[in-house]
Amino acid sequence: MTNKHLIAAGLFGLFSATAQAQDLTVTLTNLTHSIYFTPVVAGAHDASTEIFETTTPATPELELLAEEGDFSGVSGLLGNAGADVIDNPAGGLLASGESTTFLLSNSSGNDYLSVAAMMLPTNDAFIGLDSWEIPSEAGTYTVYLNAYDAGTEANDELADSIPAFPGGDAGTGGAGVTTEISTPNVHIHPGVIGDADAEGGISDLDSSVHRWLNPVAKLTVVVE
Amino acid sequence: MIKFSKVALATVGALALAACNDDSDSDSATSIIETPVEYEVVLKNLTNGQPISPPSLLLHDTGALFTVGEPASEALELLAESGDASEILSDTAFILSSASASGGITYGTSTTITVSYTDKVKYLSFVSMLGNSNDAFTGLNQVDLTDLALNDSATYQTVAYDAGTEANTETVDTVPGPASNAASPDGIAGEAFNAERDDIDIVTMHPGIVSSDDGLTTSALTYQQKFDNPVMSVTITRTR
Repeated sequence: MTNKHLIAAGLFGLFSATAQAQDLTVTLTNLTHSIYFTPVVAGAHDASTEIFETTTPATPELELLAEEGDFSGVSGLLGNAGADVIDNPAGGLLASGESTTFLLSNSSGNDYLSVAAMMLPTNDAFIGLDSWEIPSEAGTYTVYLNAYDAGTEANDELADSIPAFPGGDAGTGGAGVTTEISTPNVHIHPGVIGDADAEGGISDLDSSVHRWLNPVAKLTVVVE
Repeated sequence: MIKFSKVALATVGALALAACNDDSDSDSATSIIETPVEYEVVLKNLTNGQPISPPSLLLHDTGALFTVGEPASEALELLAESGDASEILSDTAFILSSASASGGITYGTSTTITVSYTDKVKYLSFVSMLGNSNDAFTGLNQVDLTDLALNDSATYQTVAYDAGTEANTETVDTVPGPASNAASPDGIAGEAFNAERDDIDIVTMHPGIVSSDDGLTTSALTYQQKFDNPVMSVTITRTR
């Protein structure tokens, strides 16, 4: 190790220590084959704020997002907590393979990033990022997001319980996969069952179209 | 000036590693500009029942074999529907060097490929088909080699992508691999490549195999061909 290298390392440390507010360029990509994301909400917030946490019950605000695709509650929750909030950066639905990019300037102390959007068509599945610590060092960071189950609605997979089928591919006449909620707490989504019968079977989802595997979204964060 | 900043950045990375790894190579700042380079790559098939088509490892400084959200190239369509990497090798302009496995990788096994070049390179990439599928593939896209010092290793886990060029019907007529062929009542192998694009025509993550055991009665595939992510583990060691 030469002195030159140590000096370089020292300078990096100095810059990161003096950084206060940061400018973030965030890109969210829908990695799924045929699932839509409802309007996204993203926020930079402090350590005491969160929009969801696995193994604990969903807030009413998150329930609204996960079941109806309505981000207003989560957005309000973040705003009331002094977060820097971005609402609906894609200006509507984000289809398979699509990306949305937005700028987020986080205030001093808002060092954690959270993101959520409902997955359609599902009962209460959502993509989520819970309190990812924003790096102080400049660079490009990639985070993969999983599909969560809000635990607030039984995954019956029936069209009546699913707010929209943006692909126009809703089935009918399904008997319902289940009427039970396995756990009322937020957890990794067990996935969609679906069936191959558009006019019957157990589900109004299509097993060859509406399934997914994790991760379901990619988040690229450029810290300047 | 550019060279210096690269060296400095690499050294910062080495410092961070030194905190948790006594074997960290403190000479990394100089070794990254040594030439030529050679990488020994161990590829493990982690799946239950998906043969991985013969991988061709590519070294390159620019370009990408695919982008999620964009249509697959014709070369990638051929690879994802049939396992044939020949057009990837012949039609990809940015390849500096390549090395191919002599055969596919059976589930639960691994293979080792050594790839080299006469000068330092920026990226390693490869794509391989999941053989018992319509158009599922896996691989690595632009793995950055610039900070990998001599004798250092890095391990990556790969996921399954869907080329989006063929609908995931899983039928005996459209899936080419051994599972489908075994299920064929007339012994005729399922069609591999077909230039028609009857799916969403963009590359995405793969939604998984449904299978006849899971209610898709027209599927030639069973529980045994289902997979989840990750599908491969790839360890790259710089040997020169």
